[in-house]
Amino acid sequence: MTTRGSFQKHKRELEQELVGMGEMVIHAVTRSVDALKNHTIEEAKKIVADDLLINKKRWDMEEKCICLIATQQPVATDLRHLIAVLNIITELERMGDYAAGTANIVIMMGDQPLIKPLIDIPRMTVKSTDMIKRSLEAFMKQDAVSARSICDEDDEVDMLYDQIYHELLTFMIEDPGTITGATYLMWVAHNLERIADRVTNICERIIYLVTGEMEEINVSKY
Amino acid sequence: MKDVASKDKVITKELNLFYGVKQILKNVNITIPEKKVTAIIGPSGCGKSTFLRCINRMNELNPASRVEGEILIDGKNIYADGVDPVEVRQKIGMVFQKPNPFPKSIYENIVFGLKIKGLRDKKNNSAILERSLKDSGLWDEVKDRLNDSALSLSGGQQQRLCIARALAIEPEVILMDEPSSALDPASTLKIEELMDELKKQYTIILVTHNMQQAARASDYTGFLYLGELIEFDVTDRIFTKPREQLTENYITGRFG
Repeated sequence: MTTRGSFQKHKRELEQELVGMGEMVIHAVTRSVDALKNHTIEEAKKIVADDLLINKKRWDMEEKCICLIATQQPVATDLRHLIAVLNIITELERMGDYAAGTANIVIMMGDQPLIKPLIDIPRMTVKSTDMIKRSLEAFMKQDAVSARSICDEDDEVDMLYDQIYHELLTFMIEDPGTITGATYLMWVAHNLERIADRVTNICERIIYLVTGEMEEINVSKY
Repeated sequence: MKDVASKDKVITKELNLFYGVKQILKNVNITIPEKKVTAIIGPSGCGKSTFLRCINRMNELNPASRVEGEILIDGKNIYADGVDPVEVRQKIGMVFQKPNPFPKSIYENIVFGLKIKGLRDKKNNSAILERSLKDSGLWDEVKDRLNDSALSLSGGQQQRLCIARALAIEPEVILMDEPSSALDPASTLKIEELMDELKKQYTIILVTHNMQQAARASDYTGFLYLGELIEFDVTDRIFTKPREQLTENYITGRFG
């Protein structure tokens, strides 16, 4: 073990923790939409409680990054790597908040039935969580090309959101009695749309890590 | 981030040191953990090197010096009556700022201390020589020229030879007084890498002007100022959220 070797070891540990945090977030997002689908309020309460674990993970990792910056004086790629981790954990932590937000909607809905079967929301869930997973894989591989192509996929999530928005609008116009139920679903869809936006932020950080260039890849229409 | 569970190795209690009437160290209380690197930082003249020299009783080679208080190594006071300072120094190796090999062969430099200890078995001494040079990361570079003069080595190699010389007498604690301040960056990194390896077997106390080195290479850090220990803590803590304003001012370059 060398001193620089020790820094590299800490870096690898941070990467593993980042992947672990990503898995926690993906799990929370998937569970929150399942709770919506299945009306499981107890599960929704657990998701809200578990969000504290994601928040804690973020603070722990941030502290590790700060210690490494203060004690190991990283420069160039090493420095950009730690800055990327600091930014990515913030994005992941906010995604966890969106999952908790969806779980809170389930709690608010109580016994109210869904105004329609869920079709596009599960699609958005699968798409956005897959984007999270692949963005973290791109980070591990320092793959800027994949990062760029993942950003492009945000348009698909936006399209699904558009579709849901217009569909729910039609419901509300036709039957104002559905306004509350439709608004709940709109919030859920918006949470998922924001998750995909935050994946593009992660991808921008990967590009910065690899190229050293800060770029705004695509601006969400919402 | 670093493992903090460790046995206490060196404890100083109310340590005071005077040169004539001038007090250099003032009531220094510190507990240094075993098999860790502990760095002592502070501005020039704060007493860092003096502190280090108290731990192997080297200060008393200066007749004007006077020590008060206790230094316990594994619970035994090295300043107690009847303790032989030569024995203390055998348990506590020291490496200085400038490499100071003897003007002898590489081989002789390492076995010198062994001979003083009365160890004259050539086979055994050769085994110790090989182990010491391997532990100091120098073996591969010198194994084919053990009879060459130590002075033919580069500065960085000479410093690692001095570390090997200290290791040969199987110390428990290694004191390093600015061990890389006379070396280039590559040799400095090698010394830091070496400390990281050596701490698996030895307790290392490092005095350094170079705060970045203390941050990189140590597990614990003590900040000395005007002979007083201002703060002592895990290195990560000292360099991210020191408790004392004086420490903050020093490590952020506001003085010193």
